Order: sequence, then structure tokens, then C-alpha cells
Amino acid sequence: MMRLRRSHLICCAASKEKMAAHLSYGRVNLNILREAARKELREFLDKCAGSKAIVWDEYLTGPFGLIAQYSLLKEHEVEKMFTLKNGRLPPADVKNIIFFVRPRLELMDIIADNITSEDRHHSSRDFHILFVPRRSMLCEQRLKEQGVLASFINIDEYILDLIPYDGDLLSMEYESAFRECYLENDQTSLYHTAKGLMTLQALYGTIPQIYGKGECARLVANMMLRMKREFAGSQNQILPVFDTLLLLDRNVDLLTPLATQLTYEGLIDEIYGISNGYVKLPPEKFAQKKQGEGSKDLPTEPKKLQLNSAEELYAEIRDKNFNAVGAALSKKAKIISAAFEERHNAKTVGEIKQFVSQLPHMQAARSSLANHTSIAELIKDITTSEAFFDNLTVEQEFMTGVDTDKVNTYIEDCIAQKDPLIKILRLVCMQSVCNNGLKHKVMDYYKREILQTYGYEHILTLNNLEKAGLLKPQTGSRNNYPTIRKTLKLWMEDANEQNPNDISYVYSGYSPLSIRLTQILARPGWRSIEEVLKMLPGPHFEERQQLPSGLHKKRQQGENRTTLVFFLGGVTYAEIAALRFLSQVEDSGMEYVIATTKLINGTTWIKSLMDRPESPTQ
Amino acid sequence: MAFITASWNPLGDAFYRSTDLYEMSWSLRDGLRDSLVAAAPYGGPIALLREPQRRSPSSRPQLEIYSASGGTVASFPWKSGPVVQLGWTVSDELLCIQEDGTVLIYDLFGSFKRHFSMGQEVVQSQVMEAKVFHSPYGTGIAIVTSSSRFTLATNIDDLKLRRLPEVPGLQGKPSCWVVLTQDRQTKVLLSNGPELFILDNTSCTVVCPPGLSPQDGNIVHMSVSFSYKYLALLTDSGHLWTALLLHPFNLEFTCLPRCRRPKSQQPSVVLMWDRLLLVVGVCNETIQYPIEDPCVLVGEMDGVRIISSSNQELLQEVPLVCQDIFKIASMAPGALLLEAHREYEKSSQKADEYLREIKEQSMLGEAVRQCVEAAGHEYDTNTQKSLMRAASFGKCFLTDFSPDQFVTTCRELRVLNAVRDSSVGLPLTHTQFKQLTLQVLIDRLVYRQFYPLAIEVCRYLKIPDYQGVSRVLKHWASCKVQQKDLTDDAIARAVCMKVGDSPGVSYSDIAAKAYECGRAELAIKLLDFEARSGEQVPLLLKMKRSQLALSKAVESGDTDLGECFTGRSQPLQTGFCKLQEQETLKDLYNQDDDHQELANYYVTASYREKRLEGRLSLLQSAVDEYNKAKNEFAVKTTEDEMRLLRFQRKLDDEKGAGLLGLSLQVTMETLLSLGLHKQAEQLYKDFRVPDKRYWWLKLKSLAEKEEWDELEKFSKSKKSPIGYLAFVEVCIKCNNKYEAKKYVSKVTPEQKVKAHLAVGDLEGAADAAIERRNEAEIGAVLSRCSASNSLVIERLNRARAAIAKK
Repeated sequence: MMRLRRSHLICCAASKEKMAAHLSYGRVNLNILREAARKELREFLDKCAGSKAIVWDEYLTGPFGLIAQYSLLKEHEVEKMFTLKNGRLPPADVKNIIFFVRPRLELMDIIADNITSEDRHHSSRDFHILFVPRRSMLCEQRLKEQGVLASFINIDEYILDLIPYDGDLLSMEYESAFRECYLENDQTSLYHTAKGLMTLQALYGTIPQIYGKGECARLVANMMLRMKREFAGSQNQILPVFDTLLLLDRNVDLLTPLATQLTYEGLIDEIYGISNGYVKLPPEKFAQKKQGEGSKDLPTEPKKLQLNSAEELYAEIRDKNFNAVGAALSKKAKIISAAFEERHNAKTVGEIKQFVSQLPHMQAARSSLANHTSIAELIKDITTSEAFFDNLTVEQEFMTGVDTDKVNTYIEDCIAQKDPLIKILRLVCMQSVCNNGLKHKVMDYYKREILQTYGYEHILTLNNLEKAGLLKPQTGSRNNYPTIRKTLKLWMEDANEQNPNDISYVYSGYSPLSIRLTQILARPGWRSIEEVLKMLPGPHFEERQQLPSGLHKKRQQGENRTTLVFFLGGVTYAEIAALRFLSQVEDSGMEYVIATTKLINGTTWIKSLMDRPESPTQ
Repeated sequence: MAFITASWNPLGDAFYRSTDLYEMSWSLRDGLRDSLVAAAPYGGPIALLREPQRRSPSSRPQLEIYSASGGTVASFPWKSGPVVQLGWTVSDELLCIQEDGTVLIYDLFGSFKRHFSMGQEVVQSQVMEAKVFHSPYGTGIAIVTSSSRFTLATNIDDLKLRRLPEVPGLQGKPSCWVVLTQDRQTKVLLSNGPELFILDNTSCTVVCPPGLSPQDGNIVHMSVSFSYKYLALLTDSGHLWTALLLHPFNLEFTCLPRCRRPKSQQPSVVLMWDRLLLVVGVCNETIQYPIEDPCVLVGEMDGVRIISSSNQELLQEVPLVCQDIFKIASMAPGALLLEAHREYEKSSQKADEYLREIKEQSMLGEAVRQCVEAAGHEYDTNTQKSLMRAASFGKCFLTDFSPDQFVTTCRELRVLNAVRDSSVGLPLTHTQFKQLTLQVLIDRLVYRQFYPLAIEVCRYLKIPDYQGVSRVLKHWASCKVQQKDLTDDAIARAVCMKVGDSPGVSYSDIAAKAYECGRAELAIKLLDFEARSGEQVPLLLKMKRSQLALSKAVESGDTDLGECFTGRSQPLQTGFCKLQEQETLKDLYNQDDDHQELANYYVTASYREKRLEGRLSLLQSAVDEYNKAKNEFAVKTTEDEMRLLRFQRKLDDEKGAGLLGLSLQVTMETLLSLGLHKQAEQLYKDFRVPDKRYWWLKLKSLAEKEEWDELEKFSKSKKSPIGYLAFVEVCIKCNNKYEAKKYVSKVTPEQKVKAHLAVGDLEGAADAAIERRNEAEIGAVLSRCSASNSLVIERLNRARAAIAKK
């Protein structure tokens, strides 16, 4: 069995101070949540006295990295870490073996295999299981069937529902949530969402107002209210931090994730993919240009960078439209070099001392600038390409309702050129959504083209997309997308990318529907758009949660309200950027904290709906 | 007030008092004579069975249950066999031990709960005597049969019968016996004439208590104290012998030391004759109380309750603190404080003198404490009040005095006074209350169905809802659902109204109770109020309402609950099954007639199948299902897929082309690259591939293979559906400018500029742009010009100017 790559966790340890810092900068201190999660982890580890080895379900290492680093585990006598694999456990001179796993049956079989092959060689080790995020009868039953259930001293659950991702961002990192809800009719993720929101309320106070739109939102709200009744005895005496909770189904706004994100962070995610706060980039641009060494050994390992608001420059530019990033970077470059020039002005010993004390900060700023300049160059190479431009043009045509009812030549050509399937699917789905369904002929044409070109097996994927409503045949009813677009002002002709005055800047013209709904909810309220809300799928509703007397907030003059927006089924970085923009608009009077089941982009989202996801053929 | 000590009787250093508890509210025709009586300690209920030995079926004895104050709780004719002994368990259940060894258990309200037997052998030999005893582990029963054998059960809730060994020389029943229990061991101490035996599981040992010689006569009575600490033996010669049981089982008796007076109570023995009650202290002094009626004695931890047919008294040693305060001429600080307060109320300056006296000794705190403590021990509310007032008065002169004890005592007294009321009838002393704990007291109130009082107590003492009000409501509701005279609706409404959303009340528990009583409909109504869907599911399943259970499980969202549904065909289950077995999934779709999903299942399966035949047959199944699902497109597509597979197989066999499994497009690509144009053409036609895509394919393929003549021929075969710019661009991509130029002329006017630029012909591009008078195109050409093309630039600029003029 392969030893788990520790690099990820160790790398987190190095940035421990930063981690904690970036979570507490926001209006709501999400560090409390992280600390609560860490405490629980420590308590579990201490339950297994003596030295330990952890066997990881590999999927969990990423999310866990956001909560605890290797150093924390080490403090609690975790000496070895392995990845969960069939066969014999690797030798380790420890007293306890702890399995950190998701409650999945196939993983139970592996564990059972581990244990049955173990018994013959070692018998003195104690076994424990920690289910994340919840233990399951089904899994325990399976372990019992395999005859190993009795081998476990502790079977526990580690409720890791909402993971603090950044100062204003929580994610459950529940990849299959959308698929489960809309394809498989499986509400497990919603149950976990409700549980997670209960945990959040236990720490940050009862949220007095709940709004929602969509079937899943309704279900989550129902579960929350029910759970609240269930726990009513232990009344929460914490002053509420959040004023409002808004639950939004992803299927209320299927369009937004399909569009190419045009913010800096959004583009990084679209092109390279951000996973658990890290991005892997091609190394060429990051070669150390040191004099004398030449460029003989270019790094071949991808460059791994952590991306969060702890990095001052990144916090500043992440949410900008990419077209405004260049200017921001060069401005920053000037400031930094000016700061370095200061040394010439430093005359007295005191001044020099002050300059030196600022050096580490300045050097960090300079290396951060260098990194982001390199990333921006990488992205620019792509955004200036003709292919990117053509694709964007078609997207924007669809979003503005141009020729959405016929077969699109660009898509046709892309299929003929065998462009990546996901790209095709994104475009076709987008056309379908913007046309409130495709004509039978058009849809069958696309489907046949796709199946003939990429293989018949994709019929399952197409079925899934139809089931999820991303691809649908036009029914008798009229195309209502133009009405929605106009009422909600989804297309702004004069989007200002440099100095935005509207959220439409994140897609250079298109304002994400989900965020418009959020914006309108805050002011002037959903009553003004009843008609449109009815056109969007699922019910919309409002619920109030009674606060114990004495916890009613006395609002200071000019104090902002805080809304937690929960995206059920995923949210994109561009949508997050738009919400951050709204938080910063001075007269909005509203601050937003974002929570989601998973951070997504069009590609990862469509991929999660595919049934035989294959690497796109060139 | 002054006469508080009037009811005190000295016994050695101590005083004894008897307090009137109740005038019994029962009316017994024959008093307690000829009756079996059992009264539970801690102010427990009283059970009465008149003439238990009467066997004629015509007049059955009556079994009556009363509260401690004599209020009737239940009364019913005894229809079962002759009863030897009655007794109460720690949880206020009535035990009726019959001659044949059967023990019947009734609840407080006389409803039969269950029964068990003390062993087969008892049935023949008959129970002679039985005793009910309590230990920390529960309530036990010991019997002795006519064959002089003892049988023990230490805990009736966890019945394990133990037959004790024979006692040598014992004929018939022993003259007297007691059960001793300590440290999980239970033994029987018995006497046969002057001899004393100890009987345990395995052996029977003779014991000789020191200081008691056989000359003292036969032992006729023995008694063990409430705490199993003291033993008293009475011989027929009138000797009373008491001992402290250090270790009851080795029976190491220690004669009680005379002078060492324990701070609390001194043991004393109460003996009762027909008309006389005698309290005997170790100091050899006695107090005599005459009695008129036959009485029943109930041992309590801090005294003895004397129940007669007309009234009830509590006989106890006066607590020390009360002695200190009320003893005549006592100078204890508490006594002085009480006096001071009395003078204060009379507005007499003597109050100050008394206070000064206490303060000089710095005993004021102690004085307050004494008063508060004494108030706790007093039964009379006036006395309680005057003591508490004195304490409160004294408190005024103290700084830094914690009010806790005062407040707690006040509250507890209020509760105690309420439960002592004869309508409730729980005559608990403060000491007993402390031992019993508040929780148990509330439980007892609930058990006696004093729900409003219990709720008041909980609210008054501010017990958290979870342990207090909610618990009471839960019991109330569970009891309510058993009322047979009310309709389901009425009960559900009443329960919902009272219980509402009280935290911690589980509607499913209440519903379970209703279901137990056979009221399924009511149970379902109640379940609707259950907040936790998860909790509803198991009960609904038990009630065989699977449809409802299912919808509740869905509502809860907890997939894990689906475990309950294994083996049932339900849509919810698909989620669980996806986790489990593919095969189960298929069955499920089959049962549900979900043809679409079933077809998808076959498609998925076909990709796992390696043999072509298997694959085709699975696909055929898929086609059938898609047909049933009326999904024409899928039918067509899947048929196409099968056709393609067969085609690929054929060509693979014939030419070894390695096509199987490729997509249609890639298949055609491969065919073209292999030069199998005809076959590619066939696919193009058979599968109705759009011209555009086929042209692209062929164009690229020919260009890649550099078959330029073929390409030219192809371009002329008919009008290109993809235009000719594509030809130009593909040729350039393959680095053949020469070939590319051939197609420039065929390009549509709109694309001319682009085509010229693509082959690097600036002049041509300029001509085209100028001809089309298109400013944007002129700009595009200009941007490609370098300084060496000054002529072209000039021309373009002129043209642009000309357009601008117009």
C-alpha cells in the first residue's frame, strides 16, 4: 500500500497561522466553526489512547486539510497515515488503527478486507472507525455481514458538514449533491445540509428569517424547522449573527454555471480547476529566474498554490473581471517598487530600522505579485485566443436570446472538429435553457451529432441532462426566458468591467440570475417579481424562527444586516464574486456569507452529471 | 407555641415526639382487625385485604388501596387464591403473595400487571409466611414453606429464585425470621426456639449472640432496622436484646456502646402490644404510649408511622436542632434568635438584648442556620413560619450570608406542605424527601396522576423543562390515550393542546402507548405531531403502515432510515439500492415498470459485457424497454448503435481494422485513413451523417494524407456545404500554400479577405476589401501590413478615406 502523500497536509501546517487569520477577517468569524470542528476531532483522537495510524478515505484528505493539519494530528499521537486500499495494512508499530471514511458500502468492503487479512499477522492493534460526516446503519450492517463489526472498539461519526473555506465562504464539498437531488431522487445531501445549518445555528444563533426558492430549498427548510422542534428543549441563547438565510436551488438558475466565468478567480477555476483551495498550474512560467543558474532545469512538477483571502493581493483581484486584473497588477507593481525605493529616503537609523521591519511583508507582496502576474499571463494566452472569443460570442448570443431556436453553426462546427464533449454539452444545455427548451428537431439533431461523434454510450449522459432539466424538448408553452431576462435585467449592455456598478461585470454583461434573486430579495423584496418567481421551478417561501425573548437584535444605526445564502447543488466563483460585490456596495446595507454543497464550474458540474465520464478526446 | 415540647418524651438523653399526620379519611367497618395490611415507606400507599383466609366463593374478600392519608385509590374483590402477604415495591407496585407461591403484581390503581411463581415445589408445600424487603437493587421476596424451606428472590424485576438450604431441626415455620441484605448479599436470620441461625445460599450456620444466653428464653420476635444496621431480638422471657450489625453476615454483634452517642439518632426499639406501644432505648429507659385500636407500624428511615383505623402519627426522635431550639431554657443561638424575633414582633426592646447576646458569641450565622434547619423538620406550618421568620430576621443583621439554604428550604417546605395535604397524602419528612430526591417525588406524583400538582412543582422549583414539565406531560399524555371513553379525535386534540410543542415530549412514545392499547388510528393522529420524522418511521412500520412510514422517511431526508425498507418496492429505495446491488436495482425498476430506467440499466450493463453477442442482446433488451417507454429517439439510436457494432465486427473480421467500440465519427475517420473510402461512404449514407460533418471529416482526412488530387476531386464533387474557406484553412494547416490558393477563388465574397489573408496574399486581400468597401475588413488587412507594403497601405488608406467621405 502506498503511503499517503503528506505534502498536502504538511503544506497546510506551514500556513497554519494564515489559515486561521483568513477565516476571521469577515463580518462573521468562521473560525468559531473551524475551532468547533477541530475540538471534536481532538476529542475523538483522545478517545483512542496511545499511538495511532490513520487510514484515509482519500477523498477526505482535501476537506480535512481545511480543518486540521498534520501537526494537530501529530500532537495527538498520530504517527502514520495510509490511504485506504484493499489487502493487508502496511506495518506500523502503533496501538490504534483508525479508519477515516465516508459511509459508503464499497469502502466498508475494503475495511473488512483490511481487517480480515490483519488478524492473522497482528492481533494487538485496536481498530476504530470515524464516519464522516455521519455513521450509517447500512454500513455497520455491511461490516457485520463481513464479520468484522466486533473488531471495532470505537465507531463514531465526525459531523463535518460545512467546512469553512474562506472568510465568507462555507462549503460541504459534497460533490454529488446536485446529481443525487435531481437525478437520483436521493435527499441525503439535503439532510446533511439541514444538519449543517443546525450546527451553524448552534454556534451563531438561530437565524430568524428563512427565505427559499426551489423544491430542495423547501425540503431543507422543512427539515430544519423539524429539527428545531426536536431540539427545542436546549434553547439557543446566542445572539443571532445572521439575520436571514436564503436557500436557493441550483435548478432555479441552471444558466449561470454554464456560462464561462470571467472573473480572475473564476477563470483560474475554469481553466485549471481549484480544488479545496489549491490550484495546480503549469510550471514553466514559475521557473525561478536566478542569475547564473540559467534555465537548464525547468520544474516539471505542477506548481501548487493556495488561493484564499489571506493573500492580500489575491483578495484584492480575485473577484475582478479579468480585463481589470492587468491594470490592478501594474498598479500594485508600482506601489511595491515605490515601497522598495523608500530605502533611498531612509536616512536615519530609525527610518532604516522601520524599512527593514517592513521588508518581509514587502517581499511577500512581491512574490505574490510575481505569482499572480504569471497566472494572469497564462490566462491571457487563453482568453485572447480566437477559440475562446468565438465560444464567448456564442454564449453571449444565447444569453441575449439571439437565434436560440435553431441549430447553431458554431456548435455544429465544434462537434465536427471534435472539441471536448463537455464544451459541447455546456453550449447545447445553455441554448436549451435560454430557449426554455429546444425544438424536437433541433434537439434530436444535436443528440444524434453528439452520439455519432463521441459514442453512443453518451446516451446515458444525455438522458441525465434531460432528467435534470438542462436539456429539454420545448413544450407547448411559450419561451419565457426573454421575460425573465428582461424583468430581472439579466443582460446589461454596458457592463463596466473596470469599475463595476452592477453584478453583470462578472460575466461581462450577464448578471447571474441567482444573485439577482438575492439582490432583489434584499431590496425591494420578492413581492415585486412574483410573476417571474412563478416561472422559475419550485416553490418560493418565507419562514420565521422564533427567537427567545431577549435575543432580538437592537440594530445600530447604519449597521448592516447579514444574510447567509445557501446554494443547494453548487455555486460558481463568479457568483461568489457578485455577492461580494453586493456586500461592498455602500448603500446595500447587506453583507453576504455564502454556503454551498460544492464549489462548481460548468465543467465540473456537467461532469458530475455524466454517466461514463471520459477524458475528452482531442 | 410554648407547648411544642408538650408532646416530647425524654428517653435517655434524647427526646421522642409523636406528630399527628392525618385523621384517616377512610371509613373501615372493622378497623384493621383481621386484615392483611401493607403500607409502603416514604409515605407510600396502604393496601388492605380483609379476611384473607376466607375461602368461600360467595363472599370474596375486598382488596382496597388507599393513599397514606386514607383516601381511596382503588377497591376490588379479590378473585384469586388465598393471600399470605401483601407488600409494595420501590416503584409503588402492589405485590400479593398467594399461598400457592404465585405473586401477583398490581399497579397503584389496582390494575393487574403481571404475575410470577416462587417455584414449582411451593405449589404443593404452600407458603407459610412471606416477607417483602427492599435493597438498593430493588424489591425482593422471601418465603418459607410448610416444609420449612426458604426461597428468595432478591429482585422481582429480574427474577432469580434461590432455594436456601434446609435448617437442621426446624419443623414447621420458624418462630421468627428476618431478611438481611447488604452489599449484594441477602441472607435470612431465623430463630427456632432459643437458637439463632443464619441462612445463606449454601449453608445454614448457628450463631450465638454475645450476651444472650439460652436461659433468656426462646426468641419470639426479631426486627431489623430500616437501614439494616440494627437488630433487635425479643425473648419469651421478656428480654430485649439489641445489637449493631457490623457485618450482618458474619453476625459479628457488637453490643451497643452505652455512652457513645452518635450525633444523629440513637437506636431505639418500638414494641407494640394490643394496647400498648413501648419505645425502648439502649439506655434501658422506656416510653409508653397507650393505644386503643389495633395499629400498623411502618418503619421509616427517621421514625415510625403508626397507622390506626382513625388516625396516623409519626413517632420519631426529635431532631437535635429542634431540641436545641425548643428545649426548655435552651441557650442555643437558634433558640435565642427565635426568642429575639418573638420580642421584636411584640415591639419589645428585649429583642435587641437577645440579638446582642448571640452576636457577642458571633453565633448569628449559626443561629440562622439552626432556625432554617429546624423549620425543615417541623410539620406544623405555623412553627415552620415562625422559624423561617426568625431566620429571615436574623439574616438582616448579617452581611455575606449565603441565602441559598434559606431559599431552598422555603421552596422545599412549600412543596412538602403541598404533598402532605391529605388530598395528596404523601407524609414525607424533610429528611425522607432529601433521600427520595425531587425527581422521584415528581415521579410519584405523576404515578398517582396528580399531574397539575406535579407541573406546578416543576414550574415552582424551576426544573428545566426536559426533566420537569415535559416529563409530566408525557406521562399525562400516555395515560390520556388509555382513556377508553373518549374518541380518538378528542384525545388527540386534548393531547396536542396541552403538550403542544413542549420540548422533549416525544409524540412517537405517546403514539406507541396508544398503539399498545390497540388504538392505531389515534397513534397515527398523534404521530402527525411528532417533530422527528425519523422517530415516526419505526412505529409506523410496526403498525404495518408502510406507505405512510415511507413518506415520513422521505420527509426526514435521512437516507439511512431506508434501511427499514429493505425488500420493499419503493421509489425511495433506488437511492439505497444504488449503494447496494445493481441487480436489486434492476428488480426494482422492473417492479415499478420504470422502462426508461430499466433500458438505461441495460445500456450500462452492455458496456460491462465483453462479448459482442452479449452486448448486442443487452442492447436489444434496452431497445425493447425504450420502446415500452415510448422513447423513439433512444430506440432509433440504440438500433443504430447495434448496427454500427455489427458493421465494425464485420470489417474487423474482413480487414482487421480494429474498429469495434469506436464512435461512428472515429470509425469513418479510421476507414478514410485506411483508404476504405467506399465503406466510409456507406456509413455516411446509412447513418444519415450530416453533409457538413462528413465534408469536414473527409477534407481533413485527405489533407492529412496529402492526397491533394483526391481533395480537389472531392471539392468539385458538389457544392461544398462547409464553404471553401475551410479548404483554404485546412491546406494552410497542412503547410500547403499552393493547394490552398486553388480554393481562394471559390470562397464566398464575405470570406474572400479572410481567405486571401490566410494564404498570405495581402494584395488580393486588399483588392477584395476595397471592392467590398468594408471598413472593418480594410482595417483587418491594414493590421497585417508591415512597413514594406507601403503601396498596399496607401491604397487601403485612400479607399478608407473614400468610404468615409460618402
